[in-house]
Amino acid sequence: MDRPTQDQPRGNAGYNTQINRRHFFKVLGSGLAVTFTISSSVVEALGPIAKDDEDQISAWIHVGEDNVVTVYTGKAEVGQNIRTSLAQIVAEELEVELNRIVMVMGDTSLTPYDRGTFGSRSIPYMGPQLRMAAASAREYLIDMAADKWKCDRTSLRLEKGLVIDAKQKSIAIGQLAAGKKLLKAINKNAKIKPVEEWKISGTPVLKVGGESFITGRHKYVSDMTLPDMLHGKVLRAPSYGATLIDVDLNAAKKIPGVIVLRDGEFVGVAAPTRRKATDAISAMKPRWKLSEQASRKEIFTYLKEKAEKPDDRNNQATGNVSQALLQAHHKIEKSFNIDYIAHAPLEPRAGVAQWIGDKLTVWTGTQRPFGVQEDLESMFHIPKEQIRVITPDTGSGYGGKHTGEAGIEAARLSKAAGKPVKIVWTREEEFTWAYLRPAGVIEIRAGVNQEGILQAWEFHNYNSGGSGIETSYEVANKLIQYHPSDSPLPQGSYRGLAATANVFARESIMNDLAQAVGMDPLAFRLKNLKEKRMKDVLEAAAAKFGWNGEKPAPNHGVGIACGEEKGSYIATCAEVSVSKESGQVKVVRVVAAFECGAIINPNHLEHQIMGSVIQGMGGALFERIEFENGKITNSRFSAYRLPRFSDCPKLDVVMLNRKDIPSLGAGETPILAIAPAIRNAIENATGKKLYTLPLVPDGLKID
Amino acid sequence: MDLLINNKKFSVEAHPDDSLLTILRDYLDLTGTKYGCGEAQCGACKVLVDGVAVPSCVTMMSTLKGKNITTIEGVATNNQLHAVQQAFLKEDAFQCAYCASGMVIAAVSLLKKNNDPSQDEIIEGMQGNVCRCGTYPRIVRAIQEASKSLKNGAGQSNHKSNG
Repeated sequence: MDRPTQDQPRGNAGYNTQINRRHFFKVLGSGLAVTFTISSSVVEALGPIAKDDEDQISAWIHVGEDNVVTVYTGKAEVGQNIRTSLAQIVAEELEVELNRIVMVMGDTSLTPYDRGTFGSRSIPYMGPQLRMAAASAREYLIDMAADKWKCDRTSLRLEKGLVIDAKQKSIAIGQLAAGKKLLKAINKNAKIKPVEEWKISGTPVLKVGGESFITGRHKYVSDMTLPDMLHGKVLRAPSYGATLIDVDLNAAKKIPGVIVLRDGEFVGVAAPTRRKATDAISAMKPRWKLSEQASRKEIFTYLKEKAEKPDDRNNQATGNVSQALLQAHHKIEKSFNIDYIAHAPLEPRAGVAQWIGDKLTVWTGTQRPFGVQEDLESMFHIPKEQIRVITPDTGSGYGGKHTGEAGIEAARLSKAAGKPVKIVWTREEEFTWAYLRPAGVIEIRAGVNQEGILQAWEFHNYNSGGSGIETSYEVANKLIQYHPSDSPLPQGSYRGLAATANVFARESIMNDLAQAVGMDPLAFRLKNLKEKRMKDVLEAAAAKFGWNGEKPAPNHGVGIACGEEKGSYIATCAEVSVSKESGQVKVVRVVAAFECGAIINPNHLEHQIMGSVIQGMGGALFERIEFENGKITNSRFSAYRLPRFSDCPKLDVVMLNRKDIPSLGAGETPILAIAPAIRNAIENATGKKLYTLPLVPDGLKID
Repeated sequence: MDLLINNKKFSVEAHPDDSLLTILRDYLDLTGTKYGCGEAQCGACKVLVDGVAVPSCVTMMSTLKGKNITTIEGVATNNQLHAVQQAFLKEDAFQCAYCASGMVIAAVSLLKKNNDPSQDEIIEGMQGNVCRCGTYPRIVRAIQEASKSLKNGAGQSNHKSNG
């Protein structure tokens, strides 16, 4: 049961935005618009990116006569604050104040096609596009002023939204754009400002529109109301694999104001209140055919048994691992079990749908508004042009909202009811019917020589995925494979996805190898690493932490780990204390050092790192989905423990600012190293080597 | 039934089993108060009842007679943000911000009871609120900041709300 992941986005970039000049300015108002088309040179400069949407317009910027600069991007704001950081990029390059930038995001009718907000792609891919478009707009505005004043353009500059000449004569950009309908492609020769000259990018700007959030004014989808809107609710199966044989809908239909829809397996209601909707669902008498499903107690055997042959994309072999293992001075062979965990976004899935004639509008909190548009297209067999999906700033996703179930359900019920319908999933529905971070089994065989040089590395991941599977360490003999399996629970993307599990297993073994050869785990890592950026974060974390590899106190321990993903680097040091009596593990202190190229917004970068560490602590220590025969049994916050205030360690974040490296995403990689750092710290404190995620859901059993 | 919410009287005809959260969100369109779990575990739905933060998702109508209810929409007074809101803004103590209403309410309640809480007292007082984005350290800082400004009596005077 696989949902789209960041590695395998569903659907193609087939939506061809034919920009028609008249339509364009009807929407935007007159002014100057600069559109961006991905060019192969930019693609190459940025490294690996799918080229299937080459020549696709992927962002545009509009300068209006009111001096407002409107940026249109299909990206979605889910709390990672790209609404702020992308605006900083545009303001910087266009030389306007940040408060003149309006970001229009994630709206299939207004913004260019975008495959989705995932995989840490917004800053490294959308960022440079917007920067180019903004630089181009700046140059066009200077051209327009030069033309107006009949002067040499080199005597002009743009500053705070004004074009200014050598004698300080100025004109506002809105005045230049007034009454015009200029549609321009990007100018590839427009000069991009060097990082050293940044004045707005690179500064700790606060969340745009913060006040609307702390006063309760911001409307998340779950807060929306439309005139005549009904509340929807869907009949859910008792477990995975259940099929509906029959359902008696009579009692539900008798409740006044309730509209009942049965469409194959889909049964739902729309009612004037949520209570009536719930009552109507409760009044139904469904008969289900259950089928035998997997349970947590056998999941790891199950995933290995159902494993397919290794995935070609993640199958690397060099040298001769078996031979090298025979000759290695120290060998370790271990197997790791990784549980399913839930994203548990605080805002559960929500959707509002409205049909006007044969035109459909759906508001839903998704990381893939255009993907949801495609899903609606196949659901209702109407052209995409008749479907608009809008994504207001959403109550978080963490990779867990690549789909748009609530919006699709609302659209089905709205069609049947002839009125707008809102659906907000309950917490239980969100736990059960969304998707999870994959469970997995990881097997490692590794060998090291007497000098502490890695000799052999064999790594198999069953089911949890190929992200971050490649080792960061130099090793001559390696075999690394990802074996897809048949997940009994729906699984999909998550922050860092499989890299959390892969880095956890790798860094646990690296710790134990260092111990086997009697080396400090930091020194051992540095000895086997070539990548300077990884060494830099390790050394930065160690320096801030005061790493010496020694136990700071009785029953305390320290651990270190590092990881890389999507071109950015994280190293984390952790100190834990373990209660001998209760077995409780407390993370006392953490230092996370992160490097993702040139920093756009240090304030929000710190948020991403801090948030990743704290969220990562949940998956490291105690988060785990319990399920039996296809039914999730801990689908409530009272049964699924989340990190809380008291779980937080003293946390120091070190941000390395590499101005010479293009800015990269930061929403995922910082989560990678916390789990192995804690695991290694527990080992340091107690001598116990753990091979599971979560590590200590029931506390540490001390023999 | 009559309810006093944000110093305004509301007459609501709801089902006797409806929670205060349902009344606020579905009947009165006071949607700043959020649903997160429905079992008093996450704090997203907290409101002040006679100045004390309670989870509205498990608070029943029948308990609210004559009580003074304040939701996030009523925390700012006379267009002045509350010291806690100002401190949250200054510290940027939210990411997706879905938890922010409940966090602000819980912090207002905490500081009302104890205007100079230690870090441990803040952690204990806020333990019932979840921020899934993991913004806790910033929230603690914001509450410390708010505590300082409340003690100095400056909390209500230097930030005009735009709303």
